[in-house]
Amino acid sequence: MAAKVPRHDMPCQDPAIRAKNFAEVALGYSPEMAIEEAKRCLMCKNPRCVEGCPVGVDIPQFIGEIVQGNFLGGAGVIKSKNTLPAICGRVCPQESQCEMKCILGDKGEPVAIGRLERFAADYEMAQGGCPMEVAPSTGKRVAVIGGGPAGLTCAAELARAGHGVTLLEALHVVGGVLMYGIPEFRLPKIVVQKEIEVLRQMGVRIEVNQVVGKVASVDELLAGGYDAVFVATGAGLPYFMNIPGENLGGVYSANEFLTRSNLMRAYDFPRYATPLRIGDRVAVIGGGNVAMDAARTALRLGAETVSIVYRRSRQEMPARAEEVYHAEEEGIRFALLTSPVRINGDDKGSVVGMTCVRYELGEPDGSGRRRPVLIEGSDYEMPVQTVVMAIGQGPNPLVTKSTPGLELDKRGNIVADEETMATSKPGVYAGGDIVTGAATVILAMGTGKTAARAIDVYLRKGKSL
Amino acid sequence: MYQVVGQKSLADSIVMLDIEAPAVAAKAKPGEFVIVRQFENSERIPLTIMDFDRVRGTVTIVVQDVGYSSALIAKAREGEAFVDFVGPLGRPTEIENYGTVLCVGGGLGIAPIFPIARALKEAGNHVISVLGARSKDLLILEEEMAGVSSEMVIMTDDGSHGQKGFVTHGIQSVLDRGVEVDVIWAIGPMIMMRSVANFTRPLGIKTIVSMNPIMVDGTGMCGACRLEVGGEMKFACVEGPEFDGHLVDFELAMKRAVFFKEEEALAYTRVEDEGEGN
Repeated sequence: MAAKVPRHDMPCQDPAIRAKNFAEVALGYSPEMAIEEAKRCLMCKNPRCVEGCPVGVDIPQFIGEIVQGNFLGGAGVIKSKNTLPAICGRVCPQESQCEMKCILGDKGEPVAIGRLERFAADYEMAQGGCPMEVAPSTGKRVAVIGGGPAGLTCAAELARAGHGVTLLEALHVVGGVLMYGIPEFRLPKIVVQKEIEVLRQMGVRIEVNQVVGKVASVDELLAGGYDAVFVATGAGLPYFMNIPGENLGGVYSANEFLTRSNLMRAYDFPRYATPLRIGDRVAVIGGGNVAMDAARTALRLGAETVSIVYRRSRQEMPARAEEVYHAEEEGIRFALLTSPVRINGDDKGSVVGMTCVRYELGEPDGSGRRRPVLIEGSDYEMPVQTVVMAIGQGPNPLVTKSTPGLELDKRGNIVADEETMATSKPGVYAGGDIVTGAATVILAMGTGKTAARAIDVYLRKGKSL
Repeated sequence: MYQVVGQKSLADSIVMLDIEAPAVAAKAKPGEFVIVRQFENSERIPLTIMDFDRVRGTVTIVVQDVGYSSALIAKAREGEAFVDFVGPLGRPTEIENYGTVLCVGGGLGIAPIFPIARALKEAGNHVISVLGARSKDLLILEEEMAGVSSEMVIMTDDGSHGQKGFVTHGIQSVLDRGVEVDVIWAIGPMIMMRSVANFTRPLGIKTIVSMNPIMVDGTGMCGACRLEVGGEMKFACVEGPEFDGHLVDFELAMKRAVFFKEEEALAYTRVEDEGEGN
């Protein structure tokens, strides 16, 4: 009977209005909506949804608390496994994780687990948050390098276990991609900072402006009193296409574009001094979540037309369906099966257009997706003044290159044991995108959590404790 | 916060600042740079390190009022502080005993050439410094450079000090004396570095330049600082800032450097209004 109630939609800002502001798009459930949605859960004895969660949140239990109207209790259940629930409720790809496994999804729509997680976390935050319990001090010290999702999660788990944690962040603000990458309208920065504040309350020492590899090396940290190190430096190095014209003014990597807007607040120029010039016509190259974020940011910064240019079809797009839907609602155009072969500039060195070619889909390739095949003679001109390259990122080499004895794979990622995230170097663990390659926030958090568990064992057994 | 603990005017609109940043000072090497953010609403801008004092824990930077951010930094006084001061960044200069080297500094570029000249001298090189400025008033750090150089050649555009002419004329005058030059470091405005590179290319003298493009993070993350060197894309922040001057595409670099000129001009009008940095 419960299954017959349709999934409750999330109230959102009107597309025409939100395309002009940076306020959050999805507004969140009301308590009534949350209870109604929570009642749809069948409370399976062997919940498949939990298997789909990289950090193993007891989903039926927290939903059960919401049904009872015990929202703080629900938040407590989530937080026992997930230190950043208000963030995960917003940016996890639930449709390919917990919600994909939900039994209601077999015949209808799954329980809106992500929305309920966000509701419980936001509710708790609005109440001022609950202090996290911390075990008595072990006297051990761990340095966590990188303040993104993996580093934050590992730091929180280690602090909870009673270890002294110092989080070293290269930028001037901790949060990593949550701060510089994901835009305000999808993940408000105040939400990120409030979740990070909980870490501070747990005793995590946060030091910004620390570029490990330059200011101190991993070996120096180990020699200087840290008993273990967790490396979570992320996928920081933007890829370019290696086509002519990529160095013209007006071509940005998605990292640069989003960092200027999100971290440096170029959307509030000149009150904030970092500029970000947007042409009337903008092309974003790529089909992932980062491409959607960049396209929707460009629209909000005043572009007249913004096109996603992607060389495969809609079906192969790696972006979350919800993000593509939101982008389309806001008026983002999609030039699919299309790719630039050259970016053209004027005599000042600024972009005036792209020469593009069209593709058709052929046989599946190594990734299982149908391979785009070039249509000969299909080239055409696309007039644009701004191009954003959102085709992926590689590992940042500053830490790996300054750490002898750290085994890397051929792409430059750190090789780490899947069960423990231990690297080839004793006492050094790694997680997040620097190990997996560019992936999701929750996957990075999962590795941070796995590493924290292993580091805890290492510190208790491996040393004189 | 990073305190300004020393401030000295070197010339009209050029200021030298000592910033308290012990962790940076402990590791700084010639050729490296820092990223500075002065106020909460400021840009992150790269500045080459002029000097460092590991005992006092200070790093010295030299700034010229040429834009919105640099104008505000140039107004900083002792007792004030910067919100962020990150570094050291970039690859340090490869210091060894090459034999006879030229350290060519033009305008503000004399500041970053100073620690390089000093380290090269300490490594046993015969260091001939060629310093250039528009006029005598704008020539900075002459005394400091004399202290770390074996020989000095001063060039001014108007002939008000030293010889009249550009730094390339100064290099020519050294070569005319029959001096065998093994390596040249040339740091200054892009147009000067290009002139030096074009001058030394046919002579086959290795010439290293230090690029100072627009940056955001300074750690390889944004790619704003990309250059073309020998036909390949390079990130100045992590692969530079020093490159073989004969391979740098200066035309491209100069165009990229002025991309935000209009925005810069718009922001600059605010310097007078909000000089205190709000």
